[in-house]
Amino acid sequence: MLLEVKDLSLSIGILRLLDRVSFAVDRGQVLGLVGESGSGKSLTALALTGLVRRIGGVVTGGVILFDGQDLAGLPEPALRRLRGKRIAFITQNPMSALDALKTIGDQVDQVARLHLGLSRRAARARTVEILTRLRIPDAAQVARAYPHQLSGGMKQRVVIAMALAADAELIIADEPTTALDVTVQAQIVMILADLVRQRQIGLILITHDMGVVAQICDLVCVLYAGRVAESGPVETLFAAPRHPYSAALIGCIPREGMAPGALKGIPGGVPSAAAYGDACCRFAERCPRADALCRRTRPPERIEGGMTVACHHPLPLLSAAPEVAR
Amino acid sequence: MTKAAEPSAGADPILALSGLTRRFQSGGGFLRPARSMTAVRDLDLTVARGDCVGVVGESGCGKSTLARLAMRLIEPSAGRILFEGADVTHIRGRRLRALRKKLQMVFQDPYASLDPRYTVRDCLEEPFRALGEKVPAGRVEQLLDQVGLPRAFAGNYPHQMSGGQRQRVGIARALAYRPDLIVLDEPTASLDVSIQAQIIALLQDLQRQHGLTYLFISHDLGLVRYFCSRIVVMYLGSVVEVLEDPQAAPAHPYTAALMASSFTPDPTARATIAPMEGEIPSPFALPPGCPFAPRCPRALDRCRSAYPPTVPTARGRVACFNPIEA
Ligand SMILES: Nc1ncnc2c1ncn2[C@@H]1O[C@H](COP(=O)(O)OP(=O)(O)OP(=O)(O)O)[C@@H](O)[C@H]1O
Ligand code: SF4
Ligand code: SF4
Ligand SMILES: [Mg+2]
Repeated sequence: MLLEVKDLSLSIGILRLLDRVSFAVDRGQVLGLVGESGSGKSLTALALTGLVRRIGGVVTGGVILFDGQDLAGLPEPALRRLRGKRIAFITQNPMSALDALKTIGDQVDQVARLHLGLSRRAARARTVEILTRLRIPDAAQVARAYPHQLSGGMKQRVVIAMALAADAELIIADEPTTALDVTVQAQIVMILADLVRQRQIGLILITHDMGVVAQICDLVCVLYAGRVAESGPVETLFAAPRHPYSAALIGCIPREGMAPGALKGIPGGVPSAAAYGDACCRFAERCPRADALCRRTRPPERIEGGMTVACHHPLPLLSAAPEVAR
Repeated sequence: MTKAAEPSAGADPILALSGLTRRFQSGGGFLRPARSMTAVRDLDLTVARGDCVGVVGESGCGKSTLARLAMRLIEPSAGRILFEGADVTHIRGRRLRALRKKLQMVFQDPYASLDPRYTVRDCLEEPFRALGEKVPAGRVEQLLDQVGLPRAFAGNYPHQMSGGQRQRVGIARALAYRPDLIVLDEPTASLDVSIQAQIIALLQDLQRQHGLTYLFISHDLGLVRYFCSRIVVMYLGSVVEVLEDPQAAPAHPYTAALMASSFTPDPTARATIAPMEGEIPSPFALPPGCPFAPRCPRALDRCRSAYPPTVPTARGRVACFNPIEA
């Protein structure tokens, strides 16, 4: 297993923001981390890269096994070596990873020279090759451009190129396409998915859009208010979501032939971390199936039909798993 | 240019735009010549009373400019705007204020459109005050009821509310005068999918209860196909296709590409995602001929030299030399 997160808990000050979160992703797989804003997706990403320490976060329990090594206990210098080399982090704003004053080529070259010890000339040849593979037209010319000369979609490809230049094994992408146009979003997401399969990289894709999850993820982990609601293979989840929250999130995306009025959304909103209850299901306020038990007991995780579900009253299990063409 | 007449769209057009054009000058400084671009070009559109017309396209296609033109917030460079049969293209003063009562707008960013120093009550009373009118007794409470906000919210400031709640206030404000037509410019684009679905359901309820007409601007074709009864597709300032039936198959290659770029929440539909190559060219350096030609898989030689005429189709009209046959 490339990355295995087990019972990860995280606090900032007195707030317990992640509560026993578990998931795993292997080489050649895309894991979707999905939930509404405020569900803990970005914090999970920051915890995986150790960056959460910079905002005062403390891992209070659990392990983050990357290629067998526990990152949760690793000191900052060792983490920094991993970040940018074996683990790459892509955010919604590509400029957070780019230097406005350096050319695209210099920035991508630098990664390869630093991590792989390539010469200037070899690094540039590799940069151009990577940019071309990411379907950037006129890659040699783009390498001489500055970030402000490129569109948002192009800049995001350059950030992906930097991850590839370092030969990253795990890419964590936090809403990488939210700021982009739909046609460009589709391009970037498909490029990422292709890279994962071809180069056997692991990808954790953070999104609030179940449409994106359905189209490119192999595995999905649904987060709600700092806890895992449901996780497992994507086909199984979409064929028959068991957790009422997963079902509600899927129902938020319009689909072909949906009856008028069928798109309802989820009433209310995600509770703030200060209002998290402990001995309860945190979705109870918004859940159509909630009863007294849900309000006084944390739902245990059960594993059934390949899915892990944390719910007292899950939706029915589909009898036979459907076949999905790949 | 040949043009298929805009069908009168039912017996009772509330808004009719014809030949509407808006040019912008940009740049123009020391040693830099000003450049000009056409944000909306020769646009014809009729909106029938009670209809919900969706305008869809990617960033820079001119959707927001169209909304601001229709609202008379900016002046057209050419063309006419008829509201309930009367020419309102150049009205001002008292007549324009009277028009504003019947024609309201909801903006994309509910935070930017609400004054941080105003309470919800101030904000909902403001449209009346602006015209020196008395606020009808109980109107604020009534508006809060209509948009599903507790009456106690009247004393809240914008920063005390979530994005979805702020957008409800934005909608309540647009309803204050009991308008006939509401222009909605990406009202859900900055919201979570769960909240987006709530807002769409609210808009559908309001339309039914108050017999409203909507002009709904969005970059999300899936959402428009669900919500709207008629679809207008824009690319680089021009209408490229009108679909009278939102479920109809597209005839324009750009509409087809938008459809193939949308991620439906169904893993069995993976094969249908086919991202198109390239990005939108700069509006300051448009290619001659069809503006979509550089990205179009169906482009013919003449697409690169002449602007395609608009021709009727079985499902609406299309501006294309080589439309996809039904
Ligand atoms: N006041 C202005 N001055 C100069 N150019 C403008 C002005 N307003 C709009 N434009 C240009 O007109 C074009 C259309 O802009 P518009 O805001 O209508 O696009 P849009 O479809 O709403 O895009 P988005 O999805 O990004 O909101 C863009 O290229 C924009 O930069
Ligand atoms: S545990 Fe209860 S409240 Fe929570 S999701 Fe399940 S049914 Fe709903
Ligand atoms: S006119 Fe030509 S280039 Fe333009 S969309 Fe039609 S086929 Fe494509
Ligand atoms: Mg806009």
